[in-house]
Amino acid sequence: MTAITMDALKVGADETTALQGGRAKNTLLAVADGGTVADRKLKVPPPPAQSQLAGPSSTEQNAAQMRALLGAVLPPVAGLLLLLGIWQLATMNGGSIPTPGKTWDAAVVLFSDPFYSNGPNDQGIGWNILSSLQRVAIGFGFAALVGIPAGFLLGRFATLSSMVNPIISLLRPVSPLAWLPIGLLVFKKADPAATWTIFICSIWPMIMNTAQGVMRVPQDYLNVARVLNLSEWKIVTKILFPSVLPYMLTGIRLSIGTAWLVIVAAEMLTGGVGIGFWVWDEWNNLKVEHIIIAIFVIGIVGLILEQTLLLLAKRLRMEA
Amino acid sequence: MDKFVQIEKVGMSFDTKKGKFVALRDIDLNIRQGEFVSLIGHSGCGKSTLLNLIAGLTLPTAGAMLCANREIAGPGPERAVVFQNHSLLPWLTCFENVYLAVERVFAANEPKARLKERTTKVLEMVGLAHALHKYPGEISGGMKQRVGIARALAMEPKVLLMDEPFGALDALTRARLQDELMKICDATQATTVMVTHDVDEAVLLSDRIVMMTNGPAATIGEILTVDLPRPRERLSLAHDAKYMEYRSAVIEFLYAKQSHPLAA
Repeated sequence: MTAITMDALKVGADETTALQGGRAKNTLLAVADGGTVADRKLKVPPPPAQSQLAGPSSTEQNAAQMRALLGAVLPPVAGLLLLLGIWQLATMNGGSIPTPGKTWDAAVVLFSDPFYSNGPNDQGIGWNILSSLQRVAIGFGFAALVGIPAGFLLGRFATLSSMVNPIISLLRPVSPLAWLPIGLLVFKKADPAATWTIFICSIWPMIMNTAQGVMRVPQDYLNVARVLNLSEWKIVTKILFPSVLPYMLTGIRLSIGTAWLVIVAAEMLTGGVGIGFWVWDEWNNLKVEHIIIAIFVIGIVGLILEQTLLLLAKRLRMEA
Repeated sequence: MDKFVQIEKVGMSFDTKKGKFVALRDIDLNIRQGEFVSLIGHSGCGKSTLLNLIAGLTLPTAGAMLCANREIAGPGPERAVVFQNHSLLPWLTCFENVYLAVERVFAANEPKARLKERTTKVLEMVGLAHALHKYPGEISGGMKQRVGIARALAMEPKVLLMDEPFGALDALTRARLQDELMKICDATQATTVMVTHDVDEAVLLSDRIVMMTNGPAATIGEILTVDLPRPRERLSLAHDAKYMEYRSAVIEFLYAKQSHPLAA
């Protein structure tokens, strides 16, 4: 039963990885490449096609490979083009939303000097992203320090689990932003309060997934441990930890995803330097194209975080 | 020693939602040192439950169990188990899987070099010298099961317990491993208890075959003593009259006296 579920999970994960991996690359390539339709048409499709044709042997295998590659690349590109087309159509007759072209021009200006600093309220977009990432890293790091051991304990001791589970069920659905005032009250400063919010939202997936992983350690492995009469230390290092690792990584991935969602909102409320605050600031300055750029930037950073962890999970996975 | 493993009036029941479920009752069995005993019966007859009881993985709800005159109060390395699905840790190499067991049993008295030597030796014995540093995911099912056997043998157990060790293997691999197991058992004089559903396997390997009645509340139906000289040869036994006789006795028990529960 357990084994089957594990396998099913693995297969599922593999598929998502493959799908998302393919898509992510294309999206990144296309988005980073630029904003205008003309640009994209020129730049994106030719490189894979040309490199394939220019290959040493133009056998049938190569042709099939190229078709497969085109099949993987074309739909996402087409989807993005469609999005841009709709955007262009919706905005070309004026209105408050800027066109893709205008947004692109603004992005070029913005990214030509990402690390300038004119005082605390006017810093380059690079600094804003980095300080958001820093908050996420600190809050998330503390959450991992507390959440993973807590998950191990909950998974290993049923009494503790039934003691704590109602509390977790009660607190988990609460929007992390509801914790922000508590953070402000306790820490008296905006920055640690934002970090605290990240901590709160990151900790639940980590506790839950780690506990789940510990409870799902195959009975066979535990029987091996019992027959060999392994010490508790060996059980933890040789059996529990390696078999919980995939679950833990899933927890970490979910946590980081949520943390990155929440930081934007938290920073809008706390101010300072950060991508969320920057969005709000640009809204006050009525620079709508910057808000759109920020949306793309937040999406891309989130995507990179997720993909990195998926890659890590894939490398650490073991088949029996 | 005639009563190396003693099982007296042992019963096992589980508490389920529908109330008490009696899996085993009134099991009486003594196993000699160096003896090879098979437990055979239809699925659900509690043969694996009995093996787990000897292993100490579960404790009986009635009766007493002794191994070398000491009560079986839990699992321990002196009763090594070869699990049905090999149960190797996928994140450790074959060597490391076996070493984990060797370390546990001998690290207190022997230096590290000796432990490594033991590990290599036992893996060589099961014909895996070339796969020491492969991961379980990289080797075939037959090889995995050999590592499982090596891990059990490496502990130099007083009793070797095997739960359908070859059940998941193809017929040819199974035959080869059976031959190897016979050689190993002859060489080490290991006391062995094996759960099987394969009649030929039981007759070929065993000194005695314990045939179990259908569950629930299963118990020992008959015990057949297999008096064939060792070493045994698969090929010559195939036409041996005595072998055929033993074989039909087991089949008679399984299909006439204890016809399959689903067919009844």
